[in-house]
Amino acid sequence: MDRAILSGNEAIARGAYEAGVKVASAYPGTPSTEILENVINYKEIDASWAPNEKVALEVAIGASFGGARALACMKHVGVNVAADPLFTLSYTGVRGGLVLVVADDPEMHSSQNEQDSRNYAKFAKIPMLEPADSEECKEFTRLAFELSEEFDTPVMLRSVTRISHGKSIVTLGKRVDNLPAPALVKDAAKLVMLPGNARVRHPKVEERIVNLSLWGGTAAINRSEIRSADLGVICSGVVYQYVREILPEASILKLGMVHPLPHDLIRDFASKVKTLLVIEELDPFIEEQVKAMGLSVTGKALFSLCGELSPGRIRNALEQGGLLAKVTSAPLTVEKLPPRPPNMCPGCPHRGVFYLLNRLNAYVTGDIGCYTLGFLPPLNAMDTCVCMGASISNASGIVRSLPREEQKRVVAVIGDSTFLHTGVNSLMEMAWNQAPATVLILDNRITAMTGRQENPASGFTLNGEVAPEVNIADLCRAIGIKHVVTVDPYDLVATRAVLEAEMQRPEPSVIITDRPCCLMKGECRFEKGKILAVDQNKCTGCKACLRIGCPAIEWQPASDGKKGKAYIDPLLCTGCTVCQQLCKFDAIN
Amino acid sequence: MNDKVTNILLVGVGGQGTLLASEILSETFMLAGFDVKKSEIHGMSQRGGSVVSHVRFGREVASPTVPEGEGDVLFGFELLEAYRYLPLLHAGAKVVVNDYRIPPPSVLLGQEVYPDDLAERIRRRFPDFLLVDGLHLASEAGNPKAANTVLLGAVSKRLEIAEEHWLAALHKMVPAKALEVNIRAFQMGRVL
Repeated sequence: MDRAILSGNEAIARGAYEAGVKVASAYPGTPSTEILENVINYKEIDASWAPNEKVALEVAIGASFGGARALACMKHVGVNVAADPLFTLSYTGVRGGLVLVVADDPEMHSSQNEQDSRNYAKFAKIPMLEPADSEECKEFTRLAFELSEEFDTPVMLRSVTRISHGKSIVTLGKRVDNLPAPALVKDAAKLVMLPGNARVRHPKVEERIVNLSLWGGTAAINRSEIRSADLGVICSGVVYQYVREILPEASILKLGMVHPLPHDLIRDFASKVKTLLVIEELDPFIEEQVKAMGLSVTGKALFSLCGELSPGRIRNALEQGGLLAKVTSAPLTVEKLPPRPPNMCPGCPHRGVFYLLNRLNAYVTGDIGCYTLGFLPPLNAMDTCVCMGASISNASGIVRSLPREEQKRVVAVIGDSTFLHTGVNSLMEMAWNQAPATVLILDNRITAMTGRQENPASGFTLNGEVAPEVNIADLCRAIGIKHVVTVDPYDLVATRAVLEAEMQRPEPSVIITDRPCCLMKGECRFEKGKILAVDQNKCTGCKACLRIGCPAIEWQPASDGKKGKAYIDPLLCTGCTVCQQLCKFDAIN
Repeated sequence: MNDKVTNILLVGVGGQGTLLASEILSETFMLAGFDVKKSEIHGMSQRGGSVVSHVRFGREVASPTVPEGEGDVLFGFELLEAYRYLPLLHAGAKVVVNDYRIPPPSVLLGQEVYPDDLAERIRRRFPDFLLVDGLHLASEAGNPKAANTVLLGAVSKRLEIAEEHWLAALHKMVPAKALEVNIRAFQMGRVL
């Protein structure tokens, strides 16, 4: 058997391939993005990006209704967008197996919240599997498709950052080849969710979850590992690995299916240990249900509701709870160091725009993408950021609460991919109700933050095939925005003039910046300009060029008590000229 | 093969190539017959932020992340980041660091100073410390971009894995046109 080291995301893609999946759809979102990017290695699967997660899930539902096995993938907050179809899909059930992969981000490494997706499985009354390493990612994905068809239900597979972006060894299997061929089959009573039909389906949903719980009592993925009779831990996913590390002698009930819970198995496990713990990240999801069973159990009294767990955090909590002897040696500490937060790249077309928004004292309603980094000093040019698409609707709402002079300061900033994700709905509202705010669409021709994925305006599909491009300016006009201006964000004078004019306008307007992401090298989309250098004779040390926070520009203090000077790293400079335009002394050339 | 799990931490600045280096390490350990796990963060932190990859190998590995204070080897791509993650190590850990500085934003802006004695500070705490002039040696090998591979060579000497597995992993993971330079860079690291 072939073995490979795969990330959780690669293994989920492999599992989908082995399960015979025919159609896969997703919207990129860390930490889920690489699933679909790896699915395209398997030519048997029709894989594509969707403009947002709701659409992705609906594409997968359509494929399932056609009789094919279908996969949809998203990050945790994507399920909020996809929740509408998800809850009714629970009622219709499936024809071909349907699996929704959700990648949670405890600790918020790359997210705006750390909601616990296990609650969605309970809320939508569907099963959820949770793998603990890459091998399980692959095997559970395969199993999820079988369960989906056997119990006529969508199945959620939950990963977390440490599973999706962790790698471990996987044994590769073959693709199943005995699935029925997809075909159109009329079954309106099951698939048309009018009240009369839905009332018939709802009891089946309730019955299904009971049956799944019974199945979970005998399924191999829910595993009771009896060691010590003193301490037993109920856990799942990556936390299982941490518990094995820190409590090698403890008995463990490892749950591969976290919803519905196998009640008899839990009771049996609890009866075999003196002290029962639930160790889980984020919400007391398992703990509350075990308590509702009337069992005595400890969980969030010891472990935080916030952030991810780690071997060290579990060890500390157990030590404080008196369940583990204290380690005597004090941990090594280091002095406070200059922090290193993420930053926009050298040459990023967003940088000059945020500099100007700062100088114009704009109140910026922000959105989700690389440009959210415009919040950081020295740009300090973002005032709100809630969720995908919210910049425009937040601006539309905020201007309604303000006097005219303050309204002029409100600018919504959103990227091309986020605009097409859900921002376009918000712009429709703004145009319809004539909210007097300015919308700035930073069109860099790509979904940059998640690693440069194509979008409906980029001109290519997931597979790199040429595709129709949404014309964002025409779309804005079609929605009803009368004033749509396109400007080169590297031209600070022109951009400033456009911003000033549109911010004054007492009606909605859209400004589009049109420079491609500077990371898109080798694709004929981004070209470097002339690499710039600071003329040390002309530089007066005024620091004007430092105000844009470009990683290529460094302040070099003078050692002899004189004024320092700026220096440009030629290896980092892309020649965007933004700093050059800020230099009043013609010192950058 | 004993039951001890070996813990390696790769630290640097997003975009420096920690991910590829951790891939080569993992592949090597798998080829040598070990269980391997690794963990890292993609996404936001890769925009020039501080990054850390965990690689663990042994007969059987549970957690994909290194338990805090149990790191055996620190593979540093940048001095400030190497220093930042020292608390993840145990007192007898081996430290191999590229002699390379990337100023963080507050230093670029002239608001803070990049400490100039980091190498000495690391050496005081970790006697088994090697500072490598990766850029210079890689240039000698034929391409300054192979600096990480020089470091990898130095790290490889501090792990009990046969050379053949390292070379096999390099052959598998490095593009053909860059292979010769990288093998040379790797060998230069092994004699440090």
